[in-house]
Amino acid sequence: MKGLVFDIRSFSVHDGPGIRTTVFMKGCPLRCSWCHNPESQQSFPEMAKTYKRIGDMTIECTQTIGYTIDSSEILRRSKDDMPFFEESGGGITLSGGEPLMQPTFTLFLLKAAKKMGIHSALDTSGFANPEIFNSVSREADLVLFDLKLADDFNHQHHVGQSNSLILNNLRGLDKSKQRYFIRIPLIPETTDTTQNLEGLYAILRNLRSVERIDLLPFHHIGKSKYERLGKEYEFQNIGNYDRLKSERIKDFFSGLAAKVTIGG
Amino acid sequence: MLSQRIQQLRKESRNAVNTISAERAVLLTEFYRQPTTATLSIPLQRAGSFAYILRNKSIYIGKDELIVGERGPAPKATPTYPEISLHTIHDLEMLHQRPKVSYSVDEAVKTIYQEQIIPFWEGKTQRDRIFNVLPQEWKTAYAAGVFTEFQEQRAPGHTVAGKDVFRTGMLDFMAEIQAVKFTLPHTSVDQLDELEAMEKTAQALIVFAQRHVEQLKVLLSQSTTEQRKNELLDMIKVCERVPAHAPETFHEALQHYWFIHVGVITELNPWDSFNPGRLDQHLYPFYQKELTAGTLTEAWAAELLQAFWVKFNNHPAPPKVGVTALESNTYTDFALINLGGLTEEGDDAVNELSFLILDVIEEMRLLQPSSMVQISRKNPDDFVKRALKITKTGFGQPSFFNTDAIIKELLAQGKSIEDARNGGASGCVETGAFGTEAYTLSGYFNLNKVLELTMNNGFDARTQMQIGLKTGEVSTFVSFEAFYEAFEQQLNHFINIKLTGNNAIEKCFADAMPAPFLSLLINDCIANAKDYNAGGARYNTSYVQGVGLGSITDSLSSIKKWVFDEKKINFNSLLGVLQTNFEGTLDWQQRFIYESPKWGNNNEQADQHALNVFESFYAAVNGKPSYRGGVFRINLLPTTSHVYFGSVTGAMPDGRLAGKPLSEGISPVQGADTNGPVAVLQSAAKIDHLRTGGTLLNQKFTPEFFDGEVAISNLTALVRTYFRLNGHHIQFNVVNASTLRDAQKHPEMHRDLIVRVAGYSDYFNDLGTDLQDEIILRTAQDGW
Repeated sequence: MKGLVFDIRSFSVHDGPGIRTTVFMKGCPLRCSWCHNPESQQSFPEMAKTYKRIGDMTIECTQTIGYTIDSSEILRRSKDDMPFFEESGGGITLSGGEPLMQPTFTLFLLKAAKKMGIHSALDTSGFANPEIFNSVSREADLVLFDLKLADDFNHQHHVGQSNSLILNNLRGLDKSKQRYFIRIPLIPETTDTTQNLEGLYAILRNLRSVERIDLLPFHHIGKSKYERLGKEYEFQNIGNYDRLKSERIKDFFSGLAAKVTIGG
Repeated sequence: MLSQRIQQLRKESRNAVNTISAERAVLLTEFYRQPTTATLSIPLQRAGSFAYILRNKSIYIGKDELIVGERGPAPKATPTYPEISLHTIHDLEMLHQRPKVSYSVDEAVKTIYQEQIIPFWEGKTQRDRIFNVLPQEWKTAYAAGVFTEFQEQRAPGHTVAGKDVFRTGMLDFMAEIQAVKFTLPHTSVDQLDELEAMEKTAQALIVFAQRHVEQLKVLLSQSTTEQRKNELLDMIKVCERVPAHAPETFHEALQHYWFIHVGVITELNPWDSFNPGRLDQHLYPFYQKELTAGTLTEAWAAELLQAFWVKFNNHPAPPKVGVTALESNTYTDFALINLGGLTEEGDDAVNELSFLILDVIEEMRLLQPSSMVQISRKNPDDFVKRALKITKTGFGQPSFFNTDAIIKELLAQGKSIEDARNGGASGCVETGAFGTEAYTLSGYFNLNKVLELTMNNGFDARTQMQIGLKTGEVSTFVSFEAFYEAFEQQLNHFINIKLTGNNAIEKCFADAMPAPFLSLLINDCIANAKDYNAGGARYNTSYVQGVGLGSITDSLSSIKKWVFDEKKINFNSLLGVLQTNFEGTLDWQQRFIYESPKWGNNNEQADQHALNVFESFYAAVNGKPSYRGGVFRINLLPTTSHVYFGSVTGAMPDGRLAGKPLSEGISPVQGADTNGPVAVLQSAAKIDHLRTGGTLLNQKFTPEFFDGEVAISNLTALVRTYFRLNGHHIQFNVVNASTLRDAQKHPEMHRDLIVRVAGYSDYFNDLGTDLQDEIILRTAQDGW
């Protein structure tokens, strides 16, 4: 079984518990204006600039981002990483892009992980056909569900799609026995407005089984990636998120039953 | 919070200037000048000189000190050892002037050297003896930088105090010697001389302590405060009791060891100095007893330990010159405090004192002594986490060792299970059975130089000499395997030269430079009536330390890929590229750096070469007999020799320019590991650590990487996993802003630098300049 990925990282420590190996799948149905992984969006390999440095010299080269990989290769690597998973309570995380854009591949990997006794997490935007969402997410040990904007108009404006499908899948997820965390990106003047935070609060209040809420403050890591891909970036001049502000937002959500963290 | 006293002592120690003291050299020379000295046997000459020095050297007791005894006349006043290696006036001037690791030498010292020391010792030193017996091929290879030699300017050491040292007084040793004298079946004259020499040195240390008692009494009579008077009275009691008798209190135990330490490093200049070893284990009975009895508080125990720490810091390594200075360019004298691990019975050995000593390490933040934690499966996570939180503060201590692996290493070498469990690591990472083993390091071995010589048919371009075998021009190798076979031949050739030299040197030390005082301390020298330097210890191991595993792996990986597998360049042309130091062939350098499989990425193609080199090196060295009656074994560590070895090695197919540093320990080439710490550990764990006497792995992180309990838990798991895979040692380099700035200027040297960005981690090099700037700022705020 083959899939399209743009990176596989071991020692991921913020995409679920313990030491994890995260598979970043290429292709995403959303176009979040703040996206810090712009190389994840297209469902095909892309060219980007890269720099090789030798001594004081810098050589500009081009690099292909995205490659096809066989599931057996990912599983072989995961097997190598198992001692690290076992010692830390970690596992593999399927992220992206949107892993549900490659549902057969994702499902295959989740099932194989289960067979090998490896803990799996699915990091998803929730934007997928409910049948696909349900059948795939049920195979993961943990779902990391992204929640961005409560208002559908705003959602369409900043993310490029309606949030109704996402919220529908979230309600389904909440009713299932699936363990899941909510992940909210804190984007200046976009997701962190009082109106949106209140809207998100209203959604979260009605959920019964969310275990944890991770707030992910904006960071400007994406900036150089846009340059390398030759793309425009709306958040070009925005700095890292204010620490005190994220603390305040954490307090705002503290009335909910779920544990709230900054950074995951 | 450190007490006023400790703050003051610490400050004095840190501010003290490293100077050369001629006192020991003068006393030694006086003793050897006495007409009667020549009539004595060699062991008795050595014991006599030891006693003479301790009887006549100046006694230093610093203001408000609690633990007393200095090797020189003042903190950081460093003696010389002209019977081992005689400094010339030029050496002394160079020591004074050199920019790094300098020692201040005043005119008086130079005059004394000129008038007394040099005329007496010229041509009569251990170094002269050694160079007289070493064969020419050894000297040629040494000059070319194929290997270094530890015993060229320093005596064999690399041993560690065992539990007996903390349970035995000098009088007990003397009684034991008497008993052995009467029970040895065919005691030869030599054996009797050796035993008598040991006895004399035990007596000499008692005299040395007594001289401190007298000085303390003088200070008592001058003291004006009640508090200090009481302290001095205590110290007098302590020094009257130890080292003559076995210690009974916590304070006595520390003072007892310290007198012994000063004794070992006054007798000779062993490399490494000496080492109290499993300090939390040795001290725990005293600590527990006194805490129960109410005669000691935790705070006072901490203060005594802190005072003990200062004493180590007062004693820099004796001055090294020449190649010896290059291979170990540091003031550190490698006393490595061991904490944790297992008891002799195999149980978790971590106790309250282990944690208290970790507090001391964190608060003292001194370069000496070095410290490490032994981590066994049986040790609690709390202990690992506490140690990691100190590592986080960014001064590289403590380092982390795998007790379960160390025990297996020692068992594989034939040690008893009890001796193995009482062992640990000393120096940098060297495995040893503490108190029962003489395990000397003999020198670093430049694996990459051997590869360079193989590519050049045994000819060394730098010295313009044919120093190796003629194993064939590169153009004649039809396969990678044929080339590797030639490398193995060269390797065996140079290892044989090295081992032959080692045995000649071991004989020199056995014959001419016994160490009767050190012999008292290591079992079973007394029982065997045999000197430490002649093989008297229960176990005798001589190590050869391989250097540059990462570099040689990447070079072999390039050769195999580009010359033999893909045939993109023929071997002759590749040699041309290297000979011109990549001048005009940047494309090849770029391919070698960026497109060859590299060690440290869990890449099978690369890692296989490391395993091959490991096996070849192991087979060439391991198990060969040594003169002292032990065997040779390998370990993999560099100190600073990877810089020296790099300076004598030309451009290599890993993309490294001529003269640049090689990789260190078993770590990847600087910047070559681009797949994260898990992949590094996976590669590193592929070599069989259990067949070595120690390996060294460095990992670099920024302080943000250690932020928060979750991060500490994950790092704990990282260490635990490496150890589960039988990794021997790992140390974390938690870097500060200046390193990051350098990383901006020289990114190719820092390709493996990992930074915490914002809720996730990345390679520093992968970040845009603006983000790098921001992280530098952040780190500077966290820095100190």
